[in-house]
Amino acid sequence: MSTPEFTLFVAFGSLVAGMLGALTGLGGGVVIVPLLTLCFGVDMRYAIGASLVSVIATSSGAAAAYVKEGYSNMRVGMFLELATTIGAVSGAYLAVRVPTSGIAIIFGIVLLFSAYAENRKRSDTLDDQPPDHLATLLKLDGSYPSAEGPKSYRVRNVPAGFGLMYVAGVVSGLLGIGSGAVKVLAMDQAMHIPFKVSTTTSNFMIGVTAAASAGIYLHKGYIDPGLAMPVMLGVLAGALIGARILPGARVKILRIVFSAVIAALAVEMIYKGVKGGL
Amino acid sequence: MDDTHAQHGWSPRRFETLIGQLLRIGVGLSAAVVFIGGVLFLVQYWNTTAEGLRVFNNGEPDVLRHISGIVHFALTLHSRGMIQVGLLILIATPVARVAFSVVGFAGERDWLYVNVTLAVLAILLFGLIFS
Repeated sequence: MSTPEFTLFVAFGSLVAGMLGALTGLGGGVVIVPLLTLCFGVDMRYAIGASLVSVIATSSGAAAAYVKEGYSNMRVGMFLELATTIGAVSGAYLAVRVPTSGIAIIFGIVLLFSAYAENRKRSDTLDDQPPDHLATLLKLDGSYPSAEGPKSYRVRNVPAGFGLMYVAGVVSGLLGIGSGAVKVLAMDQAMHIPFKVSTTTSNFMIGVTAAASAGIYLHKGYIDPGLAMPVMLGVLAGALIGARILPGARVKILRIVFSAVIAALAVEMIYKGVKGGL
Repeated sequence: MDDTHAQHGWSPRRFETLIGQLLRIGVGLSAAVVFIGGVLFLVQYWNTTAEGLRVFNNGEPDVLRHISGIVHFALTLHSRGMIQVGLLILIATPVARVAFSVVGFAGERDWLYVNVTLAVLAILLFGLIFS
């Protein structure tokens, strides 16, 4: 394939990925690496580098919108970024040492988890128990706007959430994805933060987490400008289009279809990883 | 978050809006530079095969790995260097956001979070510069 053809196809694939990612809330990053490695035969390391860059673009773009709405909790975000950035740096160093077949297998497992997590039932547990000591000390409790005025919530299980966030950082640095699914799990399941606050704060954190490992990827020569260019522009354009058509979209069906695609890609990644075809 | 001193210039809400603008400008600027570099890239590499974009040959050359090298390369109007400058702007955007938050928390006189944010900033700079 010639360079212009390759660029065009990759840009188009990334655009679709970015659009579906924005519409379903799964993020475009999760399918970029399988798309590049399985469909375009790109080396895993270059694919991860390009994916990581696109993750920073969409996360920062989306965070700009969310911050304005007042859902994201800046203190929760910043405190947990301590864990995710340390995790991301360790993940990036790990990526240099783990063979690509191993990364493919881990990638598949994380993909399966993301597809599952996106489709599980959500219930906000707004409790009226006394405030958590550590959460109070760190001023993590907050409130978010709702139809009936600001609703306040209390944050729990800070150490468990912090630990899970470290894992989310490692996953992000190792696989070049935002690992939003793990971040939301840490906040919404472990720390009892309302779902809407969890997802927006997670989006806010993804860019910072990815930036922590992107520098290391750059130094290791994993970021190829010729590949990252169509991926980043495609995913960004797709995410912008996705956000625009979101209000009228039939998200439920899309989410099921996209989750099925992700699950299929996951199985293929694990298979190729075991067989050693990547 | 309270809005009590919103009228006097310093409020957390207004600061969050500023941060939102900073993120938007960073992403927009980066996308513009990457796009211009991309057009130039297609012109310069029109008659080549895409093999180099797929196969990992010990990674990128040294000039595309370090900030000073990238900037020098871009200044010679080389497309790959220009795209890399755009990507550097993108990577720097969340870092700038964190640096900005230090000022924000200092404005709220929240020294605990000034320190938390400084620690995050240190980790980010480690990844970007000293790794």
